[in-house]
Amino acid sequence: MTAALSIRDMLVMYEDFAALNRVSLDVNFGESFGIVGESGSGKSTLLRATTGLASFQSGSLTVNGRSYSGRKRDKEFYRTVQMVFQDPYGSLHPRQTVDRLLLEPLTIHGFDNVDARIARALDEVGLGSGFRFRYSHQLSGGQRQRIAIARALIVEPKILLLDEPTSALDASIQAEILNLLEQARRDRNLTFVMVSHDLGVISHMCERLTVMKSGEAVETVPVEALEKRQLSAEYTRQLMVASEGFRRD
Amino acid sequence: MTPLLTVEDLRVSFPTQTGTVDAVRGVSFTLGRERLGIVGESGSGKSQTGRAIMGLTPSQAEVRAKKLLFGDMDLLAMPPKERRLLRGKRLAMILQDPKYSLNPVMTIGRQIVETLKTHERISSKDARTRVLQMLEAVQINDPKRVFDLYPHEVSGGMGQRAMIAMMLVCGPDLLIADEPTSALDVTVQLEVLAILDKLVSERGMGLIFVSHDLRLVSTFCDRVLVMYAGRVVEELSSAALEQAHHPYTQGLLNCLPRIGSHRHPLPVLERQKEWAE
Ligand SMILES: Nc1ncnc2c1ncn2[C@@H]1O[C@H](COP(=O)(O)OP(=O)(O)OP(=O)(O)O)[C@@H](O)[C@H]1O
Ligand SMILES: Nc1ncnc2c1ncn2[C@@H]1O[C@H](COP(=O)(O)OP(=O)(O)OP(=O)(O)O)[C@@H](O)[C@H]1O
Ligand SMILES: [Mg+2]
Ligand SMILES: [Mg+2]
Repeated sequence: MTAALSIRDMLVMYEDFAALNRVSLDVNFGESFGIVGESGSGKSTLLRATTGLASFQSGSLTVNGRSYSGRKRDKEFYRTVQMVFQDPYGSLHPRQTVDRLLLEPLTIHGFDNVDARIARALDEVGLGSGFRFRYSHQLSGGQRQRIAIARALIVEPKILLLDEPTSALDASIQAEILNLLEQARRDRNLTFVMVSHDLGVISHMCERLTVMKSGEAVETVPVEALEKRQLSAEYTRQLMVASEGFRRD
Repeated sequence: MTPLLTVEDLRVSFPTQTGTVDAVRGVSFTLGRERLGIVGESGSGKSQTGRAIMGLTPSQAEVRAKKLLFGDMDLLAMPPKERRLLRGKRLAMILQDPKYSLNPVMTIGRQIVETLKTHERISSKDARTRVLQMLEAVQINDPKRVFDLYPHEVSGGMGQRAMIAMMLVCGPDLLIADEPTSALDVTVQLEVLAILDKLVSERGMGLIFVSHDLRLVSTFCDRVLVMYAGRVVEELSSAALEQAHHPYTQGLLNCLPRIGSHRHPLPVLERQKEWAE
């Protein structure tokens, strides 16, 4: 099986700080792969360097059999890979209508039937046509995140990079969005790379996961390891304890 | 004793092209020196409730209330200038969207120093020390490096903690924390909560903790308001969250993914019309 995404020794430096310190990762086609790790450990950097939002100084990146370096990504790349960001506020231009936001990627990639596609995309993420001409600053966080997902899915990508897609959402919307993502993955045979702090979410959505710490990938395990509590990295164990809630001692 | 905050029949509405959106429709509660949680689904009006208390409602919207009192001060009758002074000093809010609330063209350290200097007479050197201490208190590993970074140069969680530091640096009496930890990994989340917890128990700060994370709210807060469609549908003591009887609250509890439970698809809420009555 060829890897959908293959990262070798990826290095991202900000001056003399290594945000990503020679990370290697292979994600298979059709797989759902989780990334966990403490704040600042480089999870977003990994996704950003993959999509060309950040530059990597050394190492290699292969996506769907094609190699990429630096920040240059061709159109083909964005047909294959789409990303949903951590922060639903920053990722959508606030002064654009939902319609414009969804139209833009369709135009870039030369899709036809744009009207029908936009209507279907809104429907797929559970927002009615009433939202089509709203501005994104008029939407709540959860509504924005649905639009961000619709915008990513609308160009029919093969690989979806999801950076904390539900961390800003309440439980009921999270459940709906996770179901939506799973359904989309099944229907479209998508490959997921998903960052989350929530081990419950990772355990629900993924088959394997990597634990990051200080810019490095410290451990890659199948999700069953979470249930069996077979984790060697100290951080992952702390994460297990912390996911039970707040304790006042 | 006068409560720290009295909210009675608070309403916030937005005029839009397609009609009025009633974001908050008659919310009432009082707050003492305690931890009050507000949970509810996206769009239920949690943020707009917090913003209305702070006086941070977008200008096109209308805010009304029978009572909106901070101590015995009438927030709605207060001149804007006085209200601005109150904000930041005695009343603070950690906004849900930290990237937007931090000034993108000023380093993190500078902004927190400026906040401090707006509200206190303090030398630049002392301000710097206080800010570095505050950054350290919110568990930023390398405060000196982060002090000089711009908002776009820090991770999501670090931005959120910088925001928390900025809001806490003046020592407010009332803090509204809107999803303050949702971008943090759970281990840091608990550390930040411990800081907030200490401010409540040691300094007697009042805390309104807005979160969609029921597990976190039930283990952290004293009381919880459950909001739906702009109203409070249920008020519970946190210990009794599991015994909630409103079907909406039960639904919220039931749809959390858990390690080792395999429910595909996850149960979702079947919303009932009468919940919005
Ligand atoms: N443009 C930049 N300039 C300088 N440092 C940066 C820049 N972008 C990221 N960093 C640093 O790289 C590190 C990793 O950041 P990253 O956003 O990848 O963390 P993360 O694991 O996604 O954390 P979180 O869970 O908080 O979102 C952080 O220490 C951050 O300050
Ligand atoms: N500027 C605006 N114009 C019109 N409607 C708005 C505006 N801002 C917010 N709303 C609406 O007000 C309602 C309440 O929004 P609010 O941001 O308070 O929700 P929330 O409970 O904080 O949700 P989330 O959990 O997603 O943050 C939503 O239906 C939203 O669409
Ligand atoms: Mg991140
Ligand atoms: Mg909100």
